[in-house]
Amino acid sequence: MSELVGAPAETVAQGRTAGAGPVTGARGAADPLTVSTGRGWRPLLLQLAGILLAVGALVAWLLTTQLTETERITLNPASLLVYTREHLALTLLSAAIVLLLAIPLGILLTRRPFRRLAGPVLAVVNIGQSAPAIGIVVLLAAWLGFGFRAAVTALVVYALLPVLRNTMVGIGQVDDRLVEAGRGMGMSAAAVLFRVELPLAVPIMLAGIRTALVLLVGTAALSTFINGGGLGILITTGVNLNLTRVLVAGAVSVALLALLVDWVGRVVELLARPKGLT
Amino acid sequence: MSESMSVTPASAGATSLNPTAEITGASILLDKVSKRYPGQAGAAVDGLTMEIPAGKIVMLVGPSGCGKTTTLKMINRLIEPTEGRIVLDGDDVTGIDGDALRRRIGYVIQAGGLFPHMTVATNIAIVPKMLGWSKERVAARVDELLELVSLDPEQYRDRFPRELSGGQQQRVGVARALAADPPVLLMDEPFGAVDPITRVRLQDELISIQKELQKTIVCVTHDFDEAVKLGDWIAIFTEGAQLVQYDTPARILAEPANEFVENFIGAGAGLKQLTLTRVNEVALQPAVTASPGDLTSDVLSRLDQEGHDHAVVIDGRNRPLQWLSRRQLARLERIGDDRDPRLPLIGERATLNDALDIMLVSSVGAALVTGGRDSFRGVIDVETVMEAMSQAHARARTSHAEGRPVGINTGALTALPAPDDAPDDDRPLHAAGRGTAGE
Repeated sequence: MSELVGAPAETVAQGRTAGAGPVTGARGAADPLTVSTGRGWRPLLLQLAGILLAVGALVAWLLTTQLTETERITLNPASLLVYTREHLALTLLSAAIVLLLAIPLGILLTRRPFRRLAGPVLAVVNIGQSAPAIGIVVLLAAWLGFGFRAAVTALVVYALLPVLRNTMVGIGQVDDRLVEAGRGMGMSAAAVLFRVELPLAVPIMLAGIRTALVLLVGTAALSTFINGGGLGILITTGVNLNLTRVLVAGAVSVALLALLVDWVGRVVELLARPKGLT
Repeated sequence: MSESMSVTPASAGATSLNPTAEITGASILLDKVSKRYPGQAGAAVDGLTMEIPAGKIVMLVGPSGCGKTTTLKMINRLIEPTEGRIVLDGDDVTGIDGDALRRRIGYVIQAGGLFPHMTVATNIAIVPKMLGWSKERVAARVDELLELVSLDPEQYRDRFPRELSGGQQQRVGVARALAADPPVLLMDEPFGAVDPITRVRLQDELISIQKELQKTIVCVTHDFDEAVKLGDWIAIFTEGAQLVQYDTPARILAEPANEFVENFIGAGAGLKQLTLTRVNEVALQPAVTASPGDLTSDVLSRLDQEGHDHAVVIDGRNRPLQWLSRRQLARLERIGDDRDPRLPLIGERATLNDALDIMLVSSVGAALVTGGRDSFRGVIDVETVMEAMSQAHARARTSHAEGRPVGINTGALTALPAPDDAPDDDRPLHAAGRGTAGE
């Protein structure tokens, strides 16, 4: 399993450099803050433009294409909105639960008394990630009954790993000497955690959260199998009734939603990144 | 070379700026302190008793893994001692809240250890804020400290650490440690991560800051030369934090306790001695002086009277301009007023080592010593240096190092008494370590 889930390589590299900042500090850099911000925004604007363009194309295609009666009923705008709302509700609720579970757990597992448990806990969480998503969804439904709750539970199990893992890696990559400097100045362990370790771990943690969100958007499409709602219904309907256009519309919507969520995540990453880090 | 021609250490003049500098440091006593880690056979630190006098710089040196850093971190209890007491200014602090203790002790680590996501000002303000200082007081203190470490507050206050050079970061690290005016400063290899030129400058600055503040500074280094330069006292450790010798730099260089210390000092102990004596501490040779416009025949006859071979030409403010030999004088009628840029000049606050350096490259084999406002003080030559060295050596050998702080290991292995070279010195001092260490 990879050392770091979801974070692109450059994020790790940046995190490391940030941790080692005092050693390799740039000399007389003009104003690297604005420079890096400028570099960060351009791809984001391009990504947003691409997504909006694709949404526009999808809508235009749905409006102009010849739809059969069944297709028109399935793809009417009101139902589409309902499906999208359900999909987002599934994604966001499970994401919120994931954050509430995984971040405190990740912090706990980096504290000295609990560090020994990190391996076993990760192994268990890893099961959720590596088992086929459809398997988890169906198994949990058999246990909890069909519906929204089972779907959310399955999604939480599935998305726990990236957030947990990146919280641990993010805190772990903070230079030990900074922690020692903090303690040496008389900061309590909690003060060091909240004022040094977590701020410096934020970029990597956010990358993990974004990965989890994207995973969730994709996986939420499966919840339709256990009557959990969401855009997945378009895909299953399309497959079952051989309605290619419904299938395509559903698949493209899920993909676009995932890209949009990814975009929001990147914006948050850029805004929440502590100043002073490269 | 040209740089050392005008050596005037940053410390020069610091005493005159603040002649009544009071000791603001606190004494530290490590009382039979040991540290054992579970699962390790030997103790990391074994029954160390060590007195650190108030207002002094004590250097802890030794090979890596000898326990010097562990010893340092037990003073502020970043590492809790297994046994023994830590006494700060007479108070036993072994049992008090560690975080509160550490807010009273400055701590500097390699490369400064600045928090990269906080500005210089925020970094420095951490401890004062924890102590509940008002915003105005914190801001004023930040500016005061930045000035103390020679950084312009306007320019550097709001920068992030990565916008500073290594040396600047280290300065901010020192400023941060001094923020709440702690009586004790602990430094863990503070200058290990900067280039040699910056390191020398930072060392000079530390010396001048210390002249002004008179804190108690305990500093870990593996660089013996740094220890000689900075330390009032040097403690040399070997494995298990066995204190082999705890003495002044001069005495350690003149009288290494055993072979281990000798090896640790390395080659050139004599040359290192030279760094301990400053030019104004030795007797300078007088010189025949002349002024621009004097007739060379007069000057030559004065040289004959004094039996000298060279005359120093000084200007109206007593600053040396030229240094002329008999042969050069014979070629002239009157003395000119131009300034020889290659004049071998040395400031009186420079070390004999620097002076020797200048002398060796000067054509005369001697150097002109200048004092305040570059005024001429006298001539220093190789014989003067030799004389001063043999005197210093003799003094170091025979002195009993008055007020030498206590430093012994009371661990079982080192309880053997060993003969001391100073028979009237009734304290056991460093002698206990000699029997076993380094062999």
